[in-house]
Amino acid sequence: MNTMRLSKSLIDTLPRKKVVANATTAAAENVHKEPSATSTEAELVETEVKAKVADKPLPKPTEPKSKLVVNIEQLLKSVLPAIFGLLLFVGIWTLISHQSPNLPGPMKTWDAAVTLFSDPFYDNGPNDKGIGWNILASLQRVSLGFGMAALVGIPLGFIIGRFEFANKMCAPIISLLRPVSPLAWLPIGLLVFKAANPAAIWVIFISAVWPMIINTAVGVSKVPQDYMNVAKVLNLSEWKIVTKILFPFVLPYMMTGVRLSIGVAWLVIVAAEMLTGGVGIGFWVWDEWNNLNVEHIIIAIFIVGIVGLLLELMLTQIAKRFSYE
Amino acid sequence: MSIIEKSNAEKSGKANTEKYVQLENVEMTFSTKKGDFNALKDVNLSIKQGEFISIIGHSGCGKSTVLNLIAGLLVPSSGFLFCAGREIATPGPERAVVFQNHSLLPWLTCFENVHLAVERVFGGETKAQQVARTYAALELVGLSHAVEKRPNEISGGMKQRVGIARALAMEPKVLLLDEPFGALDALTRAGLQDELMRIMQKSGATGVMVTHDVDEAVLLSDRIVMMTNGPSASIGEILTVDLPYPRKRLELAENAEYNHLRSEVLKFLYERHAKKAA
Repeated sequence: MNTMRLSKSLIDTLPRKKVVANATTAAAENVHKEPSATSTEAELVETEVKAKVADKPLPKPTEPKSKLVVNIEQLLKSVLPAIFGLLLFVGIWTLISHQSPNLPGPMKTWDAAVTLFSDPFYDNGPNDKGIGWNILASLQRVSLGFGMAALVGIPLGFIIGRFEFANKMCAPIISLLRPVSPLAWLPIGLLVFKAANPAAIWVIFISAVWPMIINTAVGVSKVPQDYMNVAKVLNLSEWKIVTKILFPFVLPYMMTGVRLSIGVAWLVIVAAEMLTGGVGIGFWVWDEWNNLNVEHIIIAIFIVGIVGLLLELMLTQIAKRFSYE
Repeated sequence: MSIIEKSNAEKSGKANTEKYVQLENVEMTFSTKKGDFNALKDVNLSIKQGEFISIIGHSGCGKSTVLNLIAGLLVPSSGFLFCAGREIATPGPERAVVFQNHSLLPWLTCFENVHLAVERVFGGETKAQQVARTYAALELVGLSHAVEKRPNEISGGMKQRVGIARALAMEPKVLLLDEPFGALDALTRAGLQDELMRIMQKSGATGVMVTHDVDEAVLLSDRIVMMTNGPSASIGEILTVDLPYPRKRLELAENAEYNHLRSEVLKFLYERHAKKAA
């Protein structure tokens, strides 16, 4: 997404400079040459041609473009590079699939996807459900695990950030447990909950809780001393300090934590479900691997990517809404 | 003042108008990574009720530390501070602070920023009374038109006005101002100084202002406390400004007494306690 933005901004800035340069040089030449009575016909023609060449692909600045044209131009500028990139990707994919006969090419995958998505919500028993059910099952696990992580992580982050003692108390545990792969927690979950589904949710919880704790705590610890002095001078209650000063200030940090968390949670769910089985996009990938249905695995990769992107976009929008600036 | 007298003052709890705010042998040492830093030593000062005091000195002389001590944001390493006969241990609503960088909460409107103070101090009153107080405070500083604006939508001078309104809304006995106009341009500053003078006259509150603007100090104060350079800064001299109120900036410019006082402060700062260029 970042690279897309970057390329978009590059394209936005580069040609516009050229437009200005071209227009000014053409105008300057016209000013210089047209009023001089001594200039020969050839010269005049030359200037006209030059002006025309300079102007042709770009309308004169005096003639305002119609809004529709501007909109279409802008749309093309932003969309074209993306389309180009995707085409390149599909091209490379096609090349590789020609070299390696086991890997299905884009067309074959597309056909499989069309069949797959024509009936996303069929249900032929626990081991054969439509892709829609699988996605929903994964989303449900992620939202449960993520929601619990938010319920625990955000308040804990506030406490750690606010009280030095709590910070020192939790710091060693957090730094010890945070680098552990979330999947390492799966056996513990299975042992404690004695069922696959809660264990998967537990793994999501563990993976999503750290970024929320840490980002919230960092936000709280960064509250400017000035604001805290205001709180002291106004003799605000702890509740007012939290709701009127800490929470609004920490919100952007918190939203960063939430976004990181949902990203990690969605990454981990595929792996967790591969191990636990049942219904879900991760298990579906594993199932299709056992069936040697490689097209479906590729489709699953795209689905995971798209859903992850949508989750991220959704949270970015929410974060924007909460920003006070 | 001996210990017996002090305890008497504490017992009676009565405000001594001559020594309304009092600093006794105040010493402040900060512990830093490079070891202890002795910022203030032997600071003794009595402020009358209704008096306006300016604390002036070179930067780093501990002016703001004195103010923060009176505010109760800092606790002295040794010595005592009293306000209205009671020892200052924590910040209290009778001592409001106007911060140098206004310190408004950017996510609240001007109204909400002031209301935060009103709610806390006048929690016993009805909602309508509290709202009326907030509006009155904003009106006092001439900001009735900007109540619903956020701090980042108004100018620096207006932000500082909101800061003053927030402090005044608490109806403090002592108004503490920490370089309140330091970040403003000269014209805005002059306007706000005049306004502050008018407000202080009206409210009758005691004022303590930290500044490094000589004209501001002479114009606004009844007394100017000049501090020596740190570390271990202390009060060098106290200059009484005996100019009648209301003071008019333009008239004073040609007033011999005003100019004399002004040069006295300048002499203190640049002859007797000149600071080497950092």
